[in-house]
Order: sequence, then structure tokens, then C-alpha cells
Amino acid sequence: MNFDYSDDQKFLKDEARKFLEAECTPARVRAVLDDAARSYDEGLWAKVAAQGWLGAAIPEAHGGLGLGHIELCAIAEELGRVCAPIPFASTVYFLAEALLLAGSEAQKAEWLPRIAAGEVIGAFATAEGPGAVSAAGLQAKVEGGKLTGTKVPVTDGDVAGVAVVLAKEGAQPGLFLVDLNGPGVARETLKTLDPTRGAARLTFTGAPAERLGGPGEGLALAEQVMDRAAVLIAFEQVGGADRCLIMAKDYALERYAFGRVIASYQAIKHKLADIYVKNELARSNAYYGAWALNAGAAELPIAASAARVAASDAFWFASKENVQTHGGMGFTWEVDCHLYYRRSRQLSLVAGAPRVWKERLVSHLERRNAA
Amino acid sequence: MDFTDSPEEAAYRAKARAWLEENAPKYAVKRGAAMEDDESHDDMARGKAWQATKAAAGYAQITWPKEWGGAGGTPMQAVIFGQEEARFGVGFGYFTIGLGMCVPTVMAFADEATKTRFVGPALRGEEIWCQLFSEPSGGSDVAAARTRAVRDGDDWIINGQKVWTSGAHYSDFGIVLVRTNPDAPKHKGLTMFWIDMKSPGIEVRPIHQMSGGSNFNEVYFTDVRVKDSQRLGAVDDGWKVSLVTLMNERLAVGGGTGIDYSMILKLARELKTDQGTALGDQAFREKLADWYVQSEGLKFTRFRTMTALSRGQTPGPESSIGKIIAANQLQELSNAAVELEDQYGIIDDAELAPLSAAFQGGLLSAPGLRIAGGTDEILKNIIAERVLGLPGDIRVDKDVPFKDMPTGR
Repeated sequence: MNFDYSDDQKFLKDEARKFLEAECTPARVRAVLDDAARSYDEGLWAKVAAQGWLGAAIPEAHGGLGLGHIELCAIAEELGRVCAPIPFASTVYFLAEALLLAGSEAQKAEWLPRIAAGEVIGAFATAEGPGAVSAAGLQAKVEGGKLTGTKVPVTDGDVAGVAVVLAKEGAQPGLFLVDLNGPGVARETLKTLDPTRGAARLTFTGAPAERLGGPGEGLALAEQVMDRAAVLIAFEQVGGADRCLIMAKDYALERYAFGRVIASYQAIKHKLADIYVKNELARSNAYYGAWALNAGAAELPIAASAARVAASDAFWFASKENVQTHGGMGFTWEVDCHLYYRRSRQLSLVAGAPRVWKERLVSHLERRNAA
Repeated sequence: MDFTDSPEEAAYRAKARAWLEENAPKYAVKRGAAMEDDESHDDMARGKAWQATKAAAGYAQITWPKEWGGAGGTPMQAVIFGQEEARFGVGFGYFTIGLGMCVPTVMAFADEATKTRFVGPALRGEEIWCQLFSEPSGGSDVAAARTRAVRDGDDWIINGQKVWTSGAHYSDFGIVLVRTNPDAPKHKGLTMFWIDMKSPGIEVRPIHQMSGGSNFNEVYFTDVRVKDSQRLGAVDDGWKVSLVTLMNERLAVGGGTGIDYSMILKLARELKTDQGTALGDQAFREKLADWYVQSEGLKFTRFRTMTALSRGQTPGPESSIGKIIAANQLQELSNAAVELEDQYGIIDDAELAPLSAAFQGGLLSAPGLRIAGGTDEILKNIIAERVLGLPGDIRVDKDVPFKDMPTGR
């Protein structure tokens, strides 16, 4: 049995943690939080690019490190742990994964080296308003290679150079690459639950759009991209949830009430044990997702759904109970609990809410267990 | 990150499988392990015969040293053999407590002659052991044992009552934790003995469980005489001895409770509603997703534990999460299934109820599983204290002489 990171992967993860503890301090995260004009940390982004992480899973032929997806999962876990205020997920989990999955050789050659070098930020634009994305509700359309419509919200759409957009072409949805610095694109920055991550409304009026993958494959491809992103985001969620547990524990060991540390009360001990249990289940499910992603296994849709459901649940629970354990201090702007509370919502919603993934999981189980 | 054996593990698995092909009996009904023993005379005889076959080939206690009949193997090899044995459907639970907990305690504390007398017969399944720790006065609080042993020359005389003793009714020997010094604080006045379960004055009464079955016993001691030479460890040092017993508790990397998401999925698919089947119900589907994530999360957590073993590390108390999740899921899932059956759900008859009344059975046995082998609450304390490093509870009984402790019910 070999169901864990390898020694090399652990080394990479440890190095990533050391790097981020030095370069992505809470003060750096807060600098983005407290400045409405900034939606990411440009300096950190450049340093992360210099580490080669943006191209961790991009083949060497396209300028990446050519490591596997497990390595990318290890990095994701550490980014989640520090609440990194950078457009890593949009660029790597969505844009690069979409290109690796469905890009033509020319598209890969054009974009992947620039992604790996940190020269372009990506975005994944599917939503068009409140409610889950559906084929029936899709309004954005491409005619004669020009995109018209509105996508809202688009995480990192305010700073991205290129977006992968879900839009109808004729009657069928397709995925399209759109240069956001080209003609026919208007962006409006939005106020979000997690100000350490940016989001925008993108309005397209005849923006040039290049199809990614075959015609009419948009929904199927979007789901496959989401599966990949879901696994990687699950690792960010696991990292964040673990951090919340440590924050809650450290505070509970320092805080005195009624003459003793609050960590000695069973109400607190059992709460933290509950967080631990959820975190471990989430980690185990995430590992299965990592295996399926890395191996290109047919089980990926089920594994990704389970990873996402478990990690969303764990991070939400850990982040809210971390605030609770901190008491009144946890409700202040100055204490970092709310950074994770906010990030847990961002990560649970950005690739579609858990409710949608539960349905996706069950529909796959229904088919698999039909016999 | 994958599920493959290392080359050494694969070789061991192949060897174990070949041996099982050759030697495993072909029973009509495949068996798992533990809890499934039907305890009939024939079943016990089959179990003993299989145990003897394994012992002769060095598969009875793989991690034990060779001089005591083991194979000097690794914990991972024991896990692999257990998996393969389960595939052949020849697992028996009669010997688990004795070989996993009692006999290792004897081996750690008894003299050579005693060890020589007991280890072989236990290994070969000729003699079965039980563990007599829990008492009416102490379930989670084992050190609160009140059963008294009083010195009488070279003997000790035991009076009191043990409870929740698995297998006492078919055991030949046991290890018993008794109070020898009520004037000392509770952890400092206990002593451990091995005992012949056929000794005069021992009476075993089965406990009738709320689930209808009787897997455990009460054991009454009335002037039961044991020799001082049956003592394991020093007088009044029994608590330390009991910790060795509990440390030897078999590594929990086994299967689940036998009921999981796939069974309720099957049930829901068969139940017709106006809209199709119960599986079409959105509220049910969301719950089903949660159960799947829990069941699989537990399975993959076991794989992580095995990975730690495979890499030569010692898995920690993290495995405590397994029983908390499994027991609670058994209860919730069984109840959801019974509610899915609607009015018919009240029927607890294997001939009539869906899936041979497995969910009704799960509903009634789950409360026991949430308590046995560490309650949910104790397991959460273990996670909080040993995994997370939070302080232990404030002990008001630590320095009080045992006889002065308030007892209540």
C-alpha cells in the first residue's frame, strides 16, 4: 500500500510550506484584504512563478516542470493553508487544466509556456447569475467566432489576460478561449465575500473567441475541467481546514476562562475532535481524488465529487468553529479567523456548490451500481 | 500515491494466497471475522481446527517472535494475511481477544514456565482467553474497578463482579484486574492475575442486549481462590499491566459494519414512488452522497494507516476516528432506511423485511457499537488529548484513597 505522498513529494511540500510561511504571511494576505483596489498580491505571484509552481503539472516541452498532479496537489494544500491571495486556481487548475485536457497543439504551445512563466493570468467563466450553471439557462453565444453575452461572477476576471468561456455556438454549448485584453471585452470589478480573491462581471460584445475542444463539447469539457479543479481545490480546502484546527487549538491552549485554559473543557475538546475527524475524512477523499486525477482513472468524476463534498464540508465546519472557539475575538477584523471563513466560502462556490456535486456524485453512483 | 503493494508485500501476498488455496477449508458460508461467530459447537470446532492449521504454518500470530510460534513478521504482513484470509471466508473471532490482548500480557509479565504452559495452546486454538476488566462501577473508567482480591497465605481470594466480558462463556482462561489496596488512590491499588475460568466460585451469566442477542457476559466472583503465582506484575501495579494489555489491542484496519451506502442505494432503487423510485428523492440523494463520502473516507483512511505500516511507521491514535464514524453512520443510515420503508419499516423479520432485515438489525445494534471499545465521548477525548495535545480532564479522584471516593450508582 502506497496511499500517501512519497518522500520526494513530502520534501516538495515541506519546502513549499517554508517558502509560503516566509513569503505569504498573514500581513501580506491582509494587505490585499484591506486595499479595495488590489485583488491579488503581484509580488507573491511573481515569486510563486519563479518557484516554477505554475507549471508544476505542465509538461517540460511547454515550459513547465513536468511533475505530476500529486505534486500540484501538495502545492495546493500549502497555498490553502496560508490563504494565498493569488489567482493560482483560476490560472492553473482551470486555464492550464482546460488547455491540457482539450487544447490543440497550437493552443497549448501558445498559452502553456506563458502560464508556466507567470506571464498570463487565467479565468474560468461559466456562471451568468444566481443559481447553478445549466445548459438551458445559458445566454452567452458565439457567432462567426465572436462572443456576445455576460458572465458573472468570474473569479479573477478583473485581472486575467485570458478566459475560458462557456457559450452556445448554434444550439450547442462550447468552450472558448477569449483574450480579455482584446476588443469587445468590458470588465467590472465586484465586491465579494472573500476580498483576498478578486472577481468581475465580464461583458462581451463581439469579442474574438477561439474554440477549445470540439463543437458542442462545451458542457462535457466544462465538467471534466471542473473535476480536475475540484480535486486541486479540495487540497486547498484541506490545507485551510487544517490551519483552522491549529489556530483553534493554539488559541484554546492560551485562553483562560473560569480559572483554566478553555482547551481543558470537553465542549471545546470534542468540538476540536469533530473538526479533526472531518479533516481526516476530507484528506482521505482528497487523496483518492489525487490518485484518480494523476492516473487519469475512469473513477475521476466520482473521486472528484467525493473529494469536493468532503473538503467543502470540512473547511466550512473548521472555519466556523474556529471563529466560535476564539469567542468575541474571533468576530473582530483584526483576528485572522474570518480570512478562512471567507476563503472557505470562496472555494466551496467557485467550482459549483456542494449541492450540485452531491447530485453529480449520486448520479454517477446510480449508473455505476446499476448492475 | 496508489494502492499497489511494494514488491516485498506483493511477494508475501502471493505466498499467503498460495498457502490459503492449499489449506483453507471450503465452508458453505463464507465468514468474515469476529462478531459473526454463531458459537454453535460445530462452529467452534471449525474455528479451532483452522487456528491449529494456521499455527502449524506460522500464520496464527504473524508478528510474534518465532520462538513463541509466530513468524517474526511485520504488522503489514499480518494485515495482508488478514485480507487474504477474509477473501477465503475463513475468519473466526474466538481467538482475537486472547491472542491480541490477554496472551501478550501473560508473555510480558509471567515467568517462563507459565508462558510455556499457555502460549502454545492459545496459539493453536486449544484454549480460549477472555479479558475481565469492565465492571458495573466502571465502563469508561476501567481503573474504578471494585472487585476485591484479599491475600490469604499463598493465595488471593476474589469477590466481585465483572461485566461486558466477551466470550467468557466459552473461555478457558482470563486475565482479571482487581482491587488489592482500597486505601491507595484508584490507579495505585489494582493488581492483575491470570485465572482459570473453571475455578470454583466463578459464575458466567449472558447479558441480554437491547438488540436481542447475547454477545457479552456478566462474570460473578464468589470467594474465588487464585495463587499468588498467577499474579501478572507487582502487587498494586495492575494499572500499568492493563495499559500493556490495551496497547496490544489489535490494530483496527479491518472492514466496516457490513452496512454501507450501497445497501441503502439498492433499497431506494427498489422502492416505487409516484415519481419513480425513492432514489429520485432529492433530500435522500443528498444524504446518500454524504454517506458515500463517509464510507469511502473511512476506507481510504484505513489505506493511509496501512501505508504508514507499510513504510515501517507506527500508526497513531488517528484510527480512533474509524469507530466514531462507522458506528454513527450505522445508526443514521439504518434509521434512514427504516424510514424509507415507511410503515413497513416496523417489521423486524428477516423473512419479510428488505435485505433480510439488515437495517432493523443495524438500528438495534448501533447503540452498542457507539459504546463498545470506547464510547464516542471517550474516543473524542482520546483524539483531543493524544492527537491534538489538549489537556486531560481535571481528575478529582487522582489523590483520593479509593475507599473514600464517591460512588453514586
